Amino acid sequence: MNLLAVEDLSVEIGGAPVLRRVSLALEPGETLGVIGESGSGKSMTALAIMGLLPRSARASGRALLGEVDLLARTEAEMCAIRGRDVGMIFQEPMTALNPLQTIGDQVAETVRVHRRASRAEAQGVARLTLERVGLPQARFPLDRFPHELSGGQRQRVGIAMAIALRPRLLIADEPTTALDVTTQAAILDLLRRLVAEDGMGLMLITHDLAVVAETASRVAVMTAGEVVERGATREVLRAPRHPYTRTLLAAAADRPMRLPRIARTPLLKVEGVTRDYPGARRGLFGRETPTRAVRNVSFTLHAGESLGLVGESGCGKSTLTRAVLGLDALQGGRIVLDGEEIRAGEAMARELRARIQAVFQDPYGSFDPRWRVGRLVAEPFHVVDDAPGGEARTQAVAAALEAVGLAASDAGRFIHEFSGGQRQRIAIARALIIRPKLIVLDEAVSALDVRVRAQILDLLDGLSTRYGLSYLFISHDLHVVRAVTDRVLVMRAGEIVEAGPTERVFSRPTHPYTRELLAATPVLEMAG
Amino acid sequence: MRSLWIGGALAGAFALAALVSFVWTPWDPAAIDIAAKLRPPSATHWLGADHFGRDVFSMMMVGARVSIAVALVAVGIGMGLGVPLGLAAAAARGSLLDEAIMRGNDLVFAFPALLIAIMITAVFGPSAVNAIIAIGIFNVPVFARLARGGALALWQREFVLAARVAGKGRARISVEHVLPNLASLLIVQGTIQFSLGVLAEAGLSYVGLGAQPPTPSWGRMLAESQTMISFAPWLAIFPGLAIVLTVLGLNLMGDGLRDLLDPRVRRARA
Repeated sequence: MNLLAVEDLSVEIGGAPVLRRVSLALEPGETLGVIGESGSGKSMTALAIMGLLPRSARASGRALLGEVDLLARTEAEMCAIRGRDVGMIFQEPMTALNPLQTIGDQVAETVRVHRRASRAEAQGVARLTLERVGLPQARFPLDRFPHELSGGQRQRVGIAMAIALRPRLLIADEPTTALDVTTQAAILDLLRRLVAEDGMGLMLITHDLAVVAETASRVAVMTAGEVVERGATREVLRAPRHPYTRTLLAAAADRPMRLPRIARTPLLKVEGVTRDYPGARRGLFGRETPTRAVRNVSFTLHAGESLGLVGESGCGKSTLTRAVLGLDALQGGRIVLDGEEIRAGEAMARELRARIQAVFQDPYGSFDPRWRVGRLVAEPFHVVDDAPGGEARTQAVAAALEAVGLAASDAGRFIHEFSGGQRQRIAIARALIIRPKLIVLDEAVSALDVRVRAQILDLLDGLSTRYGLSYLFISHDLHVVRAVTDRVLVMRAGEIVEAGPTERVFSRPTHPYTRELLAATPVLEMAG
Repeated sequence: MRSLWIGGALAGAFALAALVSFVWTPWDPAAIDIAAKLRPPSATHWLGADHFGRDVFSMMMVGARVSIAVALVAVGIGMGLGVPLGLAAAAARGSLLDEAIMRGNDLVFAFPALLIAIMITAVFGPSAVNAIIAIGIFNVPVFARLARGGALALWQREFVLAARVAGKGRARISVEHVLPNLASLLIVQGTIQFSLGVLAEAGLSYVGLGAQPPTPSWGRMLAESQTMISFAPWLAIFPGLAIVLTVLGLNLMGDGLRDLLDPRVRRARA
């Protein structure tokens, strides 16, 4: 007996099909992984099941929860079903909670909407549920507010809201994508435990094959609104039948052939760097004691080398990056690039500034939406004294765009006309155009789908050989760092806890934190 | 979208009347004709005549000119001073300059606007120019705060970071990246401040501190008609209606522009 049976679900929005005859089945106590890249329709499937499709959408087919067809229910009937029979967990723990309500009230709300429970009873259920998701009374009383919790703890509150009434079906839409690896491992453990305890069916939507490999017993692979392959996780991952699944798996396992480079000329020297953030203001002139974000960090990056910097959010890697880019002043130590000291801000010599460029994480936020691509790519010419003008500049922009696999004619278009992967290519073109010696890649591939990520990593690898570039590669994703770096630094709480050749650190980590990180990282080979 | 059309049409009608008044009015707005004294609306005097026999319609056309000119220049002063101040404050966030600019704004904001305007005109004498300066000063903190708030959010964006990595200074980034992305916000606030300017000018003229006779102005026409409202109501109704409709039109236009220029609203509509 299936708990959930989606049969021939098709959805159109404004006449354009977004889902084509999707069929899925889920049994009680089972976890079904729904895999797909952005735009594949995986989230739309979840919204259709929840009856939360946008108003302009038209759905056909059936979505049976037990005997009930969810697509045929009215909005009022769906309100009774949502939260009681079907719970949902969202991706973004920062925005899924109401910042003005205590966590107790938010969990209790689910109870009070569906049962005629008194406030005290509802709070009682909320308390029990929070205990179940690992937020004990002693440290997390009901009157805590979301801003007092970390991302992982907030996601636990989100899970508590979804399971408070012990629903039969739990839909988790990218529940760990916004979390660090160690937190992700804990949340996945929790979900597995809850599924086993309550006999719920869990529909786990994710783009991350490794997460599915460790958690789901069966998978469905979606692309372009269709389910192209389904089956037991182990079989699908070991012997994929559909070509799309194969490219997806190949991309996830992709490791550019990186020959370890023997580099002995230091390019970037970071010596005893310390960065503080000023404390909160107290009164008109007073301030709290400053927070130390980076403590006495030293490392060397050699010419032609690709150096990884790994760590979880809040470890100080972004602060260190900003210091290396000369954007913030240091409180101690010094940073030397190519024999010259980097001084923060506008005091940094132009000629030195031209030797270091950066690619940032967000493919949507890194470009001024009002500028055309040609002007965006040419922006770093500002720092070069003999920058080409007129026709020569157009030529340079065209060459840079072609070097990253785009067309010269793209220079005349606006940034919103490009996909996420294309935008990251444009960001690389912008960093490349003045031929710097060092490019800082700050989570540069984190926001991309696996196939696009593999392409960008290949591109970066090719460019470094072609132009003799060095990379400082900052990421929270250990897979990516392992694939593209020669040496790696592991950072925690403002300090570098381990450093060494990438393969050595990954195969024989010496610091306990590195071991913890590696253990928490989901791996594809875990399937079955 | 409808509010933009209605508002634009209303505001446009008054702007047109003001422009036409430069070349043509039905009567000379300053010509006194005792024979036509207090004549109600008719075919000869479309909106009637006042106690000196001056044509109300002609006076209102010229009055529109004064209102619009005063409000336009006042908004110009507000934007011209306020936006650079706000951008500078945002670019130097948390510094002494930021504090000085924003606390100065608070100081101006702390005074009731009309009261200060009355004080300025009392010290420097009543005139249209002083009214402009008085209203303009109160637009400065409005634009400064708006520009700073919007700019602070933009300074967090990665494209600003990219510009800094490209070696651009704070002033240059403010002009090249921040200001263009604030434009729609400022245009919308501009229309709203414009309508407030029209209202403020009418208020100042009403108490005799705006444009001086014989230059007609809506506010003074209202003030002069006050004692005659029982037997010549058209003298109060038409200038009053002009003020209401202009302000309403500009506000509607501001709302419509906000919807048109805000990509988030535009997407929700599509």
